[in-house]
Amino acid sequence: MIKSFTQSKLQQFALLFIVFLALCWLVQKPEGYKYFVSAGGGNEESSNWLWRLPALLAWLPAWLADSINFVMFDWITIDVYNELLEDDEEISVVKEFTRSVSWAVLFFIQTIRELLVGGIKTIVTFTSWGFINENPWARLPGLPWTVVTGAAVLLGYNLGGRFLAILVGCALTYIALFGQWEPAMKTVSLVLVAASVSVVFGLFLGIAAYRSKAFEAFITPILGVAQTMPQFSYLIPMFVLFGLGDHAGALATIVFATPPMVRLTLLGLKSVSPEVVEAGLMSGCTRRQLMFRVMLPTARKNILIGVNQVIMGCLAMVVIASLIGATGIGDDLLKALNGLKLGKAFELGVCIVLIAITLDKLSLAWANKPIDYFADLSFSERHRNKFILLAILIGGVLLAFIGRYIFGDGINYFFIIETNKGISADKILDAGIDWFVTVLFEPLEVFKAWVFVDVLEPVRAAFRGMPVIATFVLVMGIGYIVGGIRSALVVGGYLLFIALSAWWDRALTTAYFVAIALVIAGSLGALIGILSAQNERATKVTLIVCDTLQTFPSFIYLIPAIMLFQVSNIAVLIAITPYAMIPAMRYTIEGLRNVSPALLDAGAMSGVNRMQRLLSIELPLAFPHIVLGINQTVMFALMMVIIGAMIGSTADLGELILGSLSDTKGIGNGIILGLCVAFIGLAIDHILNTWAKARKDALGLA
Amino acid sequence: MAKKATAKSKHPVIKCDGVYKIFGENTDKLIQASNGVIDVQSFQDAGCIFGVNDASFEVSKGEMLVVMGLSGSGKSTLLRCISRLTDTTSGSIHIDGEDLLAMNDKELIELRRNKMGMVFQSFALLPHKTVLENIAFPLQVKGMSTDDAIKRASAMVELTSLTGRENYYPRQLSGGQQQRVGIARSLAVEPDIWFLDEPFSALDPLIRKEMQDEFLRLQSILKKTILFVTHDFDEALRLADRIAIMKDGIIEQMDTPANIVLNPATEYVAKFTNEVPREKVLKCSDVMDKAETDKKNISGLTVPHDAVIETVAEAVLNEAKAVPVVDDKGKTIGALHRKSIIHVLFGKDSH
Repeated sequence: MIKSFTQSKLQQFALLFIVFLALCWLVQKPEGYKYFVSAGGGNEESSNWLWRLPALLAWLPAWLADSINFVMFDWITIDVYNELLEDDEEISVVKEFTRSVSWAVLFFIQTIRELLVGGIKTIVTFTSWGFINENPWARLPGLPWTVVTGAAVLLGYNLGGRFLAILVGCALTYIALFGQWEPAMKTVSLVLVAASVSVVFGLFLGIAAYRSKAFEAFITPILGVAQTMPQFSYLIPMFVLFGLGDHAGALATIVFATPPMVRLTLLGLKSVSPEVVEAGLMSGCTRRQLMFRVMLPTARKNILIGVNQVIMGCLAMVVIASLIGATGIGDDLLKALNGLKLGKAFELGVCIVLIAITLDKLSLAWANKPIDYFADLSFSERHRNKFILLAILIGGVLLAFIGRYIFGDGINYFFIIETNKGISADKILDAGIDWFVTVLFEPLEVFKAWVFVDVLEPVRAAFRGMPVIATFVLVMGIGYIVGGIRSALVVGGYLLFIALSAWWDRALTTAYFVAIALVIAGSLGALIGILSAQNERATKVTLIVCDTLQTFPSFIYLIPAIMLFQVSNIAVLIAITPYAMIPAMRYTIEGLRNVSPALLDAGAMSGVNRMQRLLSIELPLAFPHIVLGINQTVMFALMMVIIGAMIGSTADLGELILGSLSDTKGIGNGIILGLCVAFIGLAIDHILNTWAKARKDALGLA
Repeated sequence: MAKKATAKSKHPVIKCDGVYKIFGENTDKLIQASNGVIDVQSFQDAGCIFGVNDASFEVSKGEMLVVMGLSGSGKSTLLRCISRLTDTTSGSIHIDGEDLLAMNDKELIELRRNKMGMVFQSFALLPHKTVLENIAFPLQVKGMSTDDAIKRASAMVELTSLTGRENYYPRQLSGGQQQRVGIARSLAVEPDIWFLDEPFSALDPLIRKEMQDEFLRLQSILKKTILFVTHDFDEALRLADRIAIMKDGIIEQMDTPANIVLNPATEYVAKFTNEVPREKVLKCSDVMDKAETDKKNISGLTVPHDAVIETVAEAVLNEAKAVPVVDDKGKTIGALHRKSIIHVLFGKDSH
């Protein structure tokens, strides 16, 4: 009896759930307890520890803020000559260091930026203001947009053929003609610098992790936290350490974009066949020769996919980084959204998406491009691209000069169309949105009221009404059933950190958003995935849709949501759903499509019909993989909930993180809140991954 | 037999003495505790697995030793101990009289750059380099100038009949062609010692046969000292000067192909030899009557001492008298009786 009980997971889960409900019923909310009323938006103190744990870690944010401030401003001071004050000034070593880093990053961004849109700071850096004043010719203009576009089209053609060339050409022409060239190029310059630094960092950290097991063990949890921490929480430390500006934005972007590069470098190096390594060794390679001439080139594909992910990560940060002073198209978008200029915001959003798609397709084409080697190319063939590039440069510049005569004092459409001076449909879009909202106002209001009162509010009340003891029992219990005592302790540890912070109530609210989003996005995504997987063509179409949606920076999803639902929590959920659906769809399709054909043949010979095949062969075998997709859905939803705080009064952790941005002492709060979010993610990730792995092993799929 | 005698008189190129390779978490601790004396049972009780168990042998210059065993027998591990791709747990290995295990990284790299070449089962070509670049790779790593390296690699291309495919990438080649590149690469530095780790196992049977012929042709020109690992007993018989048969890390028997077929030392070895068509393995000198050199009793026909029985059987059986066996210089060293041939062809009991 007992044996059969311990063997049936279903019964274990049922019992756990009964205990959970009993605890919820036994430990009621104390009389007069109000959710997050104390200063800083934390929990109210409760004497009943079964209801809420005391905030034993409440001192942590302030201590963290003080420590960072001390290290930053008072720790080991040195005298540095200040040109402006014309005197020595006392400055801490760390501050001097971060200042140098800022200067270096800014210099590179500036250089690329001036090449693309003009400017003289780079020239001044190497000469002086006097030189510029004496030599007016040194005030070089930026490259005409035709030249940059032509070069990009050439690159696209060489990497991916005609289709890619047309795509790139159309995207850049749209950006130029709609008058977003300058902000777009500012963004591109920041992305290029941040991406290069991330790639180099990621590569070396990946190599170090490959060479040293200890370093791998050290860096793996850090990567996990960095990838689940909301992007907002990087911003505050960057602001404190590096100040406001493009460099701070770039550095925050680097922190966000590096982890996938490390992971993929490590994965790539690990998957180099041992015989290839041995062949390198037997050829007499030194350690360095082995790494750079054998292993890295062999792992090329994984590493280039890492580069692609870095670029995508950088673009996802474009809008968010503008909160700490990164200029460019993200900044404009944020301003347009804040001013509720939705038509403008939409156009800017399209520009960001076009940049994202362009860079994504270019880098993927690079990753998948086989290297070709032809020894007997003629001189003209070998240098063909250089000639074309030169022709584009000369042609573009000539065109820009001709444009000066054609367009006179107006906008020179052949040079650089000034910001917001190009074609724009924002008036029409605004009118359209207005009309749409007016027509739909009544029904939408009714819908919103219904969703809020009858769906959201009860669920939120249920989440907040959970006593802490019940939550722990439920989560640790699931951990125990899935992965034994070790998993129970791991997830319990994550939970304990949050419970002892002052923000348990808010964490529950975040969890409630994620849960609602998970139910909607997970079930919709899995359903679409299952339906698409029935048909070769539908599979292809859905996967392309997934690929495209995934290149959209997360912030973009907010725009249509607030167009329809204004600033509200429903808009947040509407924004999360399509974003979080992507992995559920993709993994469901992959799982179903990867069922071994031999099994399907065996099923067919057993005489199953289509439904039986799906229910008794495909779904059970694909289920572990689908769960991995659901896990990703949770991560996507979590990330989006936090960003959603920008367009709704979510009253969760994200709202506080956003609030701490405008508070100079918010660094401690920001980091600890970010950790709370990360730990929610990591706990769920641990449970789902452990389960999926065990299940895949049991099915012999691993 | 004659070969073995000459082998001993020469300076061994590879000399292994009590080589052990033991896998398992506690191995280091147990070795320290046991003061280097290895008691197999106690190690196995502690959960250790023996990859190589007390291997001692010598390989002399120009000799081809084939290590034969099924998967998990430790043959590849033994090869990797001798090429020092894996660390040896205990014992000593000498290459040309130098202590391999005492070498530092720099000396090891020098040794590999100048004296060793290795061919791998899965070819292990660098996917980002062309045929020519792959072959030139060990030379470039050594620091040879590109021109010289390409010149030398081109010679290797010719040697391995890859002419015309210099600028192909590995993925554009068939398995057999890829392994030719692997062979050319391993020979580029003109090594004295040639390691081959199941080089033909990943190939289709017909291609395998073709590559074996090619390999024998190369060896007849190059005369390298070879350590060849295979799981294919027929391949071992075809190629080897001597065969070492391994099981569970132990060398069960090490001898010439003929002696292994005629006198399998253990039941395990006998399992392989029972199915072998002996007329294809045994040579005239293996079954001749050495005492019978009297001119009167023998026929006018002669057979070379290293001819395989299969090729001379019909001719000998058609002769009334015994047929003299001659060495390379034409001197009679024995005679083949018809009954010996019949025994090889049809006799099932061992000698």
